Parts: sequence; C-alpha cells; structure tokens
Amino acid sequence: MDPNVFARSILVITEKNMRIYYFKGPVVVFGLLFPLIMFLTFFIGRNLDIVLFFPGFLGMMLFFTASSVGPLITPWEKREKTYERLISLPVILESIIIGDLLAGAIFGVAITTIVFVVCAELLHLPLMNAGLLALSFVLGSIAFAALGTLLASPTTDNPSNIMMLSSLVRLPLIFVSGIFIPLGQLSGWEWILTSLSPLTYLVDLFHASLNGDAVYPPWLDILALVIVILVFIGSAKVIQKRNLVKGI
Amino acid sequence: MGLLCNFEFGTPRMDAIEAKNLRKSFGPVTAVDDVSITIPEGSIFGFLGPNGAGKTTTIRMMTGVLIPDAGTVQILGTDVNKDPLTAKLKLGVIPENGTVYSDLTAEQNILITAKFYGMDRASRESRTGEILARLGLMERRNDLVRTFSKGMRQRISVACAIVHSPPVLILDEPTVGLDVYSRRLVIETVRHMNREGSTILLTTHNIDEANALCSTISIINRGKIVATGSPEKLKKTFDTSRYVEVSFDRPVGHGLFSAPGITRAEPWGDKWRVYTDDPDRAVKHLASVAEREHLTIVSIATSNPTLEEAFVKLTAGA
Repeated sequence: MDPNVFARSILVITEKNMRIYYFKGPVVVFGLLFPLIMFLTFFIGRNLDIVLFFPGFLGMMLFFTASSVGPLITPWEKREKTYERLISLPVILESIIIGDLLAGAIFGVAITTIVFVVCAELLHLPLMNAGLLALSFVLGSIAFAALGTLLASPTTDNPSNIMMLSSLVRLPLIFVSGIFIPLGQLSGWEWILTSLSPLTYLVDLFHASLNGDAVYPPWLDILALVIVILVFIGSAKVIQKRNLVKGI
Repeated sequence: MGLLCNFEFGTPRMDAIEAKNLRKSFGPVTAVDDVSITIPEGSIFGFLGPNGAGKTTTIRMMTGVLIPDAGTVQILGTDVNKDPLTAKLKLGVIPENGTVYSDLTAEQNILITAKFYGMDRASRESRTGEILARLGLMERRNDLVRTFSKGMRQRISVACAIVHSPPVLILDEPTVGLDVYSRRLVIETVRHMNREGSTILLTTHNIDEANALCSTISIINRGKIVATGSPEKLKKTFDTSRYVEVSFDRPVGHGLFSAPGITRAEPWGDKWRVYTDDPDRAVKHLASVAEREHLTIVSIATSNPTLEEAFVKLTAGA
C-alpha cells in the first residue's frame, strides 16, 4: 500500500466531511446547542464555583462537539447513496474511518478552543499546564470523534436512528463522568460507575491542566484515553468490515 | 503484473480486468456463482442479465465495494482485494446506486473527486472545465447538485468517473431512466473514453445499446455466466430464431404454413410471422402457396436473429 495515497485519501475524506457535514442541523443542535443548554440549565440560579466546574463544562463541550459529526456521516451517505461511490474511489475502510474521525476531532477542537479562549478571558480562569491542556484537547477530541464513528457503524441509512442511539449512549455518560459532581466528592458505587466512563479521564485531565486538582495521575488519564481510542477505532473497523462483507 | 495474453501488432497487452471464480452468497442465496471474466485492454465489454441475475454484485466485487466469498479480481494486473488503493487508482466507476454529493456544486463534486486521484490543482481545474463543457453543464457548474434533474446528476456522475482519464471505466446501468439528450451524451462520452484508450465494462438492460457499443458481451443468469462472445456470435448461436414476416391481401389460415423447415407460425398484427431455420426455403414455400391459392403478397420481410432473442433464450425462466 502506498502511504502517500493512503494519507491523501484520509485528507480528502476529511475535507469532504468538513464541507458537507459541519453545518447540518443535527451537528449544530447536538454538537453546539445541547452542551451549552445543559451547562446553563445546571449553572444558572445556583451559586456554584465556576473555576471548580469549568473543567467539567469544557469536557462536556469537547465530548459533544467531537462526537456529533461522526454519527451523521455514514448513515447520511448511505441514505443519499453517495457511500457506494465513495468506496469505489481510491480509499480503503481505514481511510473512511480515520477521515470521519478527523472531521469530528477538528470540529471538537475548534469549537472547544473558541469556548475556552472566550471563557478564560471573561472569567479569568487559571491555567496550570498549557501543554497538558493541548494534549487533553487532542486526545479527548480523537477519543470522542472515534466514539462518533463507532456509533455510525451499525447498518442503517436513516441518520435519525443513529442520532437517537448516539443520544442514548452520550447523555448517560455526562452524568457519570465528574461533570456535575466533582470526582473527589464521589465514593463507593458512584466512584466505580464513574471510573467506567471514558469522559471521566478527559475531565480529570482538564482538572490537572487548568486547576491542578486532578484525582488520577495524568499518565493514567492519558493511558485510559489512548486505550479508549484504540478500542473505539478497532470496534468501528470490525463492524464496518462486516458490513462490507454482507454488502450492507 | 498480470498475465500478458493479448498481442496486437506485436505489442503485448495486459488484460484490463481479470475476474476469476468469483463467488458471493447472501445468507442462503448464491448471488454470484463461480463467475470468471477476462476483458482485454481497449475493448468495450457488455454485461447483460435480467434483474437479480448477479450483474451488480459482480460489478461491486470488481470495484472493491463488496468483498467476495471466493475468487480474485485484477485490474491491469493489480489485485483489488490485496492492493485496493493501487487498483482503484486505475478505475473510474459509476455505481448503479451511487450518486454525487447533492450539497456540493457540480464543479466541487468533480474537483474533490479529482483530489482522490492525486491530480494537481492546474490539471484538476482544466480537466473539470473541459468535462463540464463536453457534458453541457458549464453554465450550471456553480449550482448545487440538489437542484439538478436526474439526467444532469448522472452526467456529473460520469464526469467524476472520467476526470482522471481512467484506463478502466466501469459503468453499472449508466443510462437507466435518462432523457434522450442525457443518454446520448453518456453514450458519446463512453465512446470517446474508449477512443482515448480506456477499457469499458458496461452493464445495461438496453440490448440495442449493448449491441451498438460492445465488442464482447457476457450474459449472466442466476449468478452464472451463460454465454460470452461478440454480439454477432451470440446472435448466430440462435440462428433458429430467424423468421419471415408476410402479409396477404386476404385472411389465411394456419394450415398454409405447414411445410418442412418452418418451425411455427403465428399471427402478428395484420401479418403472419413464420419462424424457420432456413429463410430461403420458407420464402420459396410462401411464394408457391400464394401462387397456388391465388393470394397476393402485400409485404414480405426476413429478419436476422437479434441479440434480444439470444438474451431471452439464454435467460429463459429468470
């Protein structure tokens, strides 16, 4: 396999996805408005410490934005009947998965960076470790864009089915990831449940990089996110390969 | 590199497509059963068959869209499943159920497709302009494809398939449902691409189209290739389907057509269609009975065997 052709196929798929899917209704609603409304609903009218809760808000923002593009792409292409043409171009399954993932990750990083910069200016937020924050952005966006790609993998040509599945998976995660209740205040079964959510490790990394009050060591958060990325991408590949064999 | 099997003017030529023993099942249904096809470089190859015969499944395996259960496909010597990126670079494809992006303009669709093939910016732009002009879409190049008719969308689909001047062009039912103008443009583009050196694999329901375009035809039925040859060779296989159409100045009965060499006769509008394996003998018989019965022959015509007859006989019961 020619690595240049492979890299090119990924970049062109990413460009195609950015041009077509960034402005679709479900991406704007589930990727931008939804996390904002969730946070405002939780924050307004309550005397909460914004510095303490900002890492959770940032984690939720990156989680929703990065995972909102992927679930839309493949079902949309199957419905519009552009998917078969795409596969017949010089691409392989891995190009499509990584291209979809990159489109979601870039969307997540771009929107979340804007939100962070604006909030940091307005609210005078602390920043303990800029390098770790940048790494958190990259790892978090890739992990949750990979989740979006995995959610798009089941066979359907109906994007609303996948968006429903996506909400079913994503909404419970934000309640068990240390966003609304700081990780340090959890114990027992709540602690165990929270440890199972990949979003927990991103929120904890944000705590480490912004406030320096993380619960886990950063290397553990990073390792957890890397494992999550590999599991999500591997699972998406297995499911989509099976779809290709079945011709669906 | 694949087998060198064609020689023209002493120059060895490679097979453009070589599919060997392709097999694909969906659950208990065998859609393609041990299909092998070899298409020499430079030819226009037609793939015919009734609905559900396995044409599209075969094409999808050849283009890397579907993974076969067994068998191999080589495009100009490159295995589609072992090295799909290299194989697909040599292909231009119009899938049966594939269309272009309706959220992009005509020009954007062609340009982004050209990027997949690694064309540089200048080549992409000049080639896109050239193709849009040839396909009569220059004035609509900046319009979103969602505003296009089916014929115009199909022309954009063709444009995307040929933008990189592929050595092998695979078209699955490219003219189905098109208006006459779009159909002619598509066919003319296929011919043009072949003149420019592309090998063409075409599936179609339109037998006249296959007859006019293709140098070789394979007919597939129930997942198996039932015949392969030139259109003329396939027609001759069914020489017994030749007939004579005759009309007289007054109605006649069935008994008039009982003679050696005439297999059957049936009323055909105001005429009779007389099927025979020897038209010369049948015409002489009809002339002699007309003389004997004092009938005037109003019209008489012989028909050559048609590709449609061959197709119907080969796919009977499908």
